[in-house]
Amino acid sequence: MEKFDCVIIGAGPAGVAAALTLVRKGLTVAVFERGEYPGSKNLFGGVLYSTVLNKLIPEFWKEASVERHITKRRYSILSKNSEMAVEFGFEDFNHPPFNNSFTVLRAKFDRWFAQKAEDAGAVIFTETVVDDFIYDKGKVSGIKARREGGDVYADVVVCAEGANSLLTEKAGLKKKPLPHQMITAVKEIISIPKDVIEDRFNLSDNEGMALEFFGGAVKGMIGSGFIYTNKDSLSVGVGCPISAMKENNMKPNDLLESFKSHPVVKKLLRGGKTEELSAKMIPELGYKTLPKLIADGLLIVGDAGGFVNPSLYREGTNMAMYSGVAAAETILEARQSGDFSEKGLQGYIKKLEESFVMEDLERYGDVPEKLSEMPQLFKEYPDAILKMVQGYFTISDLPKDELHRQAWNGFKDNISMWKLLLDMYKARKAVL
Amino acid sequence: MKIVVCVKEVPDTAIALKVKSDSPEIETENIPWVINPYDEYAIEEALRLREKFDGDITVITFGAERAESVLKSCIALGSDRSIRINDKSVKDRDSLVTSKILARVIQNIGYDIILCGKESVDYGYAQTGQMIAELLQIPCISAIKKLEIPALTIEATCHREIEGGLEVVKCSLPSVFTAQKGLNVPRYASLSGIMKAKKTKIETLEPDALDLNTFDFKPKIKITNLSYPPKRQEGKIIHGTLPDTAKELLRSLKEARYI
Repeated sequence: MEKFDCVIIGAGPAGVAAALTLVRKGLTVAVFERGEYPGSKNLFGGVLYSTVLNKLIPEFWKEASVERHITKRRYSILSKNSEMAVEFGFEDFNHPPFNNSFTVLRAKFDRWFAQKAEDAGAVIFTETVVDDFIYDKGKVSGIKARREGGDVYADVVVCAEGANSLLTEKAGLKKKPLPHQMITAVKEIISIPKDVIEDRFNLSDNEGMALEFFGGAVKGMIGSGFIYTNKDSLSVGVGCPISAMKENNMKPNDLLESFKSHPVVKKLLRGGKTEELSAKMIPELGYKTLPKLIADGLLIVGDAGGFVNPSLYREGTNMAMYSGVAAAETILEARQSGDFSEKGLQGYIKKLEESFVMEDLERYGDVPEKLSEMPQLFKEYPDAILKMVQGYFTISDLPKDELHRQAWNGFKDNISMWKLLLDMYKARKAVL
Repeated sequence: MKIVVCVKEVPDTAIALKVKSDSPEIETENIPWVINPYDEYAIEEALRLREKFDGDITVITFGAERAESVLKSCIALGSDRSIRINDKSVKDRDSLVTSKILARVIQNIGYDIILCGKESVDYGYAQTGQMIAELLQIPCISAIKKLEIPALTIEATCHREIEGGLEVVKCSLPSVFTAQKGLNVPRYASLSGIMKAKKTKIETLEPDALDLNTFDFKPKIKITNLSYPPKRQEGKIIHGTLPDTAKELLRSLKEARYI
């Protein structure tokens, strides 16, 4: 029979952050990962925020496998074949700590991160699925791994199983999410030579750019398309709520294909070769519907806990790491009193509530819901605005004043100005 | 019974390999490595033989430090001893160089049965097992799908799949067998096995210590070029209603002279 101070399910950012924090304090920790190696099944859009990581491993970018740091951001709204965009570039982000924003490839990065925990003493079991918790008088006292001799006991279990939270649901802490609470995202890694990327996106060495596309990028649904620059590849994908996909009878792959073939996007991807295609579910549960995060002998961290900020920040990994560290610190405190009951683990909730995690979830948690009440934001408005601006710039023999009048009238006929202003105000309040 | 299993680490078959731009080699930086899949059958067969006859299993590999993870996965499954012969000082290698080194180590540790995968999935020469047998002057039956060793005999019977049929071959022991897919179903390591593997230190040997001639480290064959397979031609998607697409498909197939 194996016994550890703590067992962690899942070697993603949350699980590994917890493991690293615990082994550094001398606890024995076992991490169970179903993938072939940590990172082999892990996935995100492409940008890592690293405020927590930089505390765990100061100046991690010197040794970790990061791709580029983000200094430029571009947001655009697409119609069928036009674009309206705004681009920001910040030279200040070109210096350490690089605004704590990096593009990374998870297969490499998570492997490196897990190795740090392993080097510090964590025992990581790969290719090992956890089927259930072991209960002792109602308290979680271990896990059942799908291997011979797979019952492993621990004072406390941290569940970092990810978005598809089968164990958390099984333990009765979380309801099966509704279709509008889950984003389905598909992504391709498209290889393009390093110098071509730097020329095309106007970047210097190691500098990176995050591009987000709305409106026609995802057929006017809520959601977006994205391109993130890696060293010698681009992460290109789309993400929309499952409910929207279903309503529009849209398959994720078809949506990605349509995004990639949009004239604006196509030019950015030209000459690239698709290396891999992957898909992920992103929980956007919202603050009010977060799962129960603690039980006797158990803490829920990362995506399983629903820690995702769905606003323009698109923050998940950093929150996951924070929740992992907060869980670990709570466990260290609970060891003092030896109380790993739900009551003894209350500190976890307190830590989350006092941090950016719960603040941001509360602030942004209902963004998808609010936006879904304004579908015109992603379809009618972009189309009308782009059509008006196109009219404005279309050169013909007409006097310019006449051109302007036609463009404006065309716009007014389609869009109620009052409604537009109100919607813009509501959207700004929700998203920014 | 003294059982020796030869294993090799190979690039994960699930990834797309890249050829170096300046030499006929693949890029080995930052790619995942796994145990050669055929070697997994060899290990499993060794474990079954040990269950039947007792004895011990020594697993050996000729490779870089990262190959230790392959040996560890064998310890997790239940092998008794693991040896890595460090390949750092041997710049170029072909199957013969590898076989000479492995055969010498096997000779030193003693053997009744030697098991290998029938080939490694990286270069796929399928020579090492046979060459080891030749160097040790013992029989080799390659690509076996069944191995029968009745109790306390010195004879083995093997099944081999051949074109359109099955071949049954006998040989005396000691002997080399190379494993084909279907020989067995490899087991999963137990948790305690994995724990044990994590704690075990791997024995390492340097080729210089093997008392071989420097001539033995010279490969007889040389790879002169590596290239990608020809690109698959772009497919064609036919859109439209069902009867129309069927007609268009038929027309396209005829046009391309497939039918």
